[in-house]
Amino acid sequence: MSKPSSRDERAARIRELLETEGDAVAANTRGFNRGRYESTADLDDYESLKAEARSIKEDAIERLPDLIDDLRERVEARGGTVYVADDAADANAYVREVVDGENVVKSKSMTTEELDLNDALEADGARVTETDLGEWVIQLADEEPSHIVAPGIHKSREAIADLFAERFDLAEDDRPETAEELTRFAREKLLTEIETADVGVTGANFLTADSGSLALVTSEGNARKTAVVPDTHVAVAGVEKVIPSVEDLAPFVELIGRSGTGQDITSYVSLFTPPTPSPPVRFGGPDEPIADPGTAGGVGAGEPHPERDFHLVLVDNGRLAMREDDDLRETLYCIRCSACSNSCGNFQSVGGHAFGGETYSGGIATGWEAGVEGLDTAAEFNDLCTGCSRCVPACPVGIDIPWINTVVRDRINRGDHGVGDERRDGDPGDGVAGEFDFLVDGLTPDEEPAGLDPAKRLFGNFETLARLGSATAPLSNRAADLGPVRAAMDRWLGVARERDLPKFERETLVDWFRDRGGPRVSESMARREAVVYPDVYTNHVAVDRGKAAVRTLEALGVRVTVPESAAVGSGRAPLSQGMVETARRKAERCRDALLPEIEAGRDVVVIEPSDLAAFEREYERLLPEADAERLADGSYEALEYVYGLLEHGADAGGLTAAETGRDGDGGETGEPVAYHAHCQQRTLELEAHTVAVLERLGYEVTTSETECCGMAGSFGYKSEYYELSMDVGEPLVEQFGDAERVLASGTSCCEQLDALLGDSIEHPIEAIAPEP
Amino acid sequence: MQSDTPDECAAFVANAERHHAAVHRVDPDPDAVASAIADLVAEPAVGVRLPGGLSLPDGVATDPTPADLDAAVTGVTAATLAVADYGSVVVCSDAAGTEAVSLFPDRHVAVVRAGDVVPGMREAMGVLGDRLRAGESAVIATGPSATADMGDLVVGAHGPREVEIVLVEGDRE
Repeated sequence: MSKPSSRDERAARIRELLETEGDAVAANTRGFNRGRYESTADLDDYESLKAEARSIKEDAIERLPDLIDDLRERVEARGGTVYVADDAADANAYVREVVDGENVVKSKSMTTEELDLNDALEADGARVTETDLGEWVIQLADEEPSHIVAPGIHKSREAIADLFAERFDLAEDDRPETAEELTRFAREKLLTEIETADVGVTGANFLTADSGSLALVTSEGNARKTAVVPDTHVAVAGVEKVIPSVEDLAPFVELIGRSGTGQDITSYVSLFTPPTPSPPVRFGGPDEPIADPGTAGGVGAGEPHPERDFHLVLVDNGRLAMREDDDLRETLYCIRCSACSNSCGNFQSVGGHAFGGETYSGGIATGWEAGVEGLDTAAEFNDLCTGCSRCVPACPVGIDIPWINTVVRDRINRGDHGVGDERRDGDPGDGVAGEFDFLVDGLTPDEEPAGLDPAKRLFGNFETLARLGSATAPLSNRAADLGPVRAAMDRWLGVARERDLPKFERETLVDWFRDRGGPRVSESMARREAVVYPDVYTNHVAVDRGKAAVRTLEALGVRVTVPESAAVGSGRAPLSQGMVETARRKAERCRDALLPEIEAGRDVVVIEPSDLAAFEREYERLLPEADAERLADGSYEALEYVYGLLEHGADAGGLTAAETGRDGDGGETGEPVAYHAHCQQRTLELEAHTVAVLERLGYEVTTSETECCGMAGSFGYKSEYYELSMDVGEPLVEQFGDAERVLASGTSCCEQLDALLGDSIEHPIEAIAPEP
Repeated sequence: MQSDTPDECAAFVANAERHHAAVHRVDPDPDAVASAIADLVAEPAVGVRLPGGLSLPDGVATDPTPADLDAAVTGVTAATLAVADYGSVVVCSDAAGTEAVSLFPDRHVAVVRAGDVVPGMREAMGVLGDRLRAGESAVIATGPSATADMGDLVVGAHGPREVEIVLVEGDRE
């Protein structure tokens, strides 16, 4: 895999992958993702199965050394061997000794990819053949997997047909072309390899300590043949695959296929207790029955076949250290279903060849690569997690994947691991950089190391920039729009010149509220009291939506305040850049501003969903638990709050309702509106409230089918990611391109949709607010 | 835990069909079972002797050699458990070669008793827990083998492309 070392190289690599692999990856991952929604919707107890799966993994990793001992005891009692390998070289040395240069067939195993086992075996002269069709394609093409479940997801059917024709020197008339023909061709070629193999190598999805069994979750049947036909079976698995009991498999079997490719269950869930009773199938031997003649089904079902040889290689390779690491430990709960890849906007566009490291790809790959390979490898792609959080509800074991990415980003920032220094690879000669140092150094007291990438520092300190921007508006806006300034910002700060920059308002929301004379609902008449949280964007840039929120709540009888003291950043911006300590400091300041309001009986109403997500999700990592809980409990998304008021009897009469039209039969029709909820808002399960309020006011709402718009806060502003960001948003153009009116909840979503649709996008609160 | 309530068998049939397997319900009479199997067999066929007093029809060769396996169009085996929620059958990996016979031929005919149908995966794992701890191996098989790796979903990858399930009515023995 190429290792882009500068912004330009990174942008070029992404552009190339968007062109060559993007379409195939997008079609496949989006299909898997739709399948996940449909298949998990059929499970009545989806959430409780996830919780159960999570708790089994927590328990298993906690007790891992004991479980490994139990497993070893069971396997050895049947005559198999268990080897715990410290690292890749250790694991490979063991397997090489077993294989001894003979013919090997393999079923797909990411862990053997991690070890580069095939290379190690081939160096001894072994013939190694991957039997999973996708993995075989990758092997023939001499490429790396681009997806942890479907390794050849980036290759189109046509590309596979060309590959087969070339590798097997096929005449034009003999070329398999259809998926059906290609499958048959592969099956026949691989059957020959399986029939002549001496050793079968498989992975394991789960290992049950109580029985010494391994579970393999597959659909093609190749893993069954690999394990059953040769007399020698080597299973290679990370130590984290051990779970206590067979019964514990139940939630995983129900969740793994649904979460990944959207299959209710894969065709085969093999439960091998090796060495197994199955007779090896000796295709090359004399023409004798495979079993003792006269044997009936079920006979000898528990007895190891005397000619079978079984080796289980449990791979540590950094995992036991991850177990001791409070932030990386969760990675070990991963069951490698690929939900985090398929639900990820960036992954859908560019695939695992960009969003991946040495072996693993997608959101969770940062954890795996940081733990197995180290920070340098994780640093190559960690930026591609935008923290949109759509993988969080998709993960069957509830791993907080964005948090792992944030922590690793922080460690990269502090560890001087390559990408943070990339700007300095540029031409230092023209002296322009110095003009921008004031933005990234002078104005930004933060807790971060001096070597931090200036772009990260800039975006992480947006709050400071916004204060300055409002104070000097409109000059700040005009200056920022000048061509040479944009060119220099692009070059030195990595701010994409294609993007419109935020326009800072001279009059902040706090100023406006104070100047209009404060609250307009008297205490005695108030239904409730609330603080509209003046987040950085609402206070300085999108001031109109803040005003709309104030008017809306007042129309519903709420006594609203917008105190100057509350105009402090949530810490979301530095957090997105991996600046955890800066974020913590901001979170403490925000808590100090908002908790007294909550204690005084006021609700905190939040317009920007990413700030609410900080309160609800990240603050538990940044603040004392009780503080985080009180703040989360006292905070509401703006439309969630409106919904609650309406549900409790507030009169919607003062709000702006939809225009009504007439359909062909003279009946009333609602005004159609297209709505894209913010990614983090959906993760908080707050999309429905906005839809319900809009419907109540007579709108006919179409909701977005896109996980994330692609802007994701500052991500889409970065020069090297601009094109990717626009590509991620492309499905929104397909779905909403003809819509009359489009609403979006997030600031960055609104800006992205502006750019994609060439329209002005409103926040839903602006749609329903009373006229000023 | 085992059950053959009409609801469970109906769910099993519906879910097996949803996963592209066909279910044929027959009376627990050995001749009826053999005849039902015979209707589903395309020759050459290989099989593993059925437990519980059931027998294979003529034309299904037992004690297959590797060459027989390679040539067979149909493989007939027993299944020792079935899962109603998924339409899955559990095929035991035994000394008789059930795993290979169920896997190599294009068509797998699985014979399962209605009394061995359990409602869901949790009940199935409850049964399999004791069996695996006693050293058994098994595969939970749902529908035919399949792949999406060649650009589209194709039924029949390395394993069978057709699965026919003979569901023998009546209580578990």
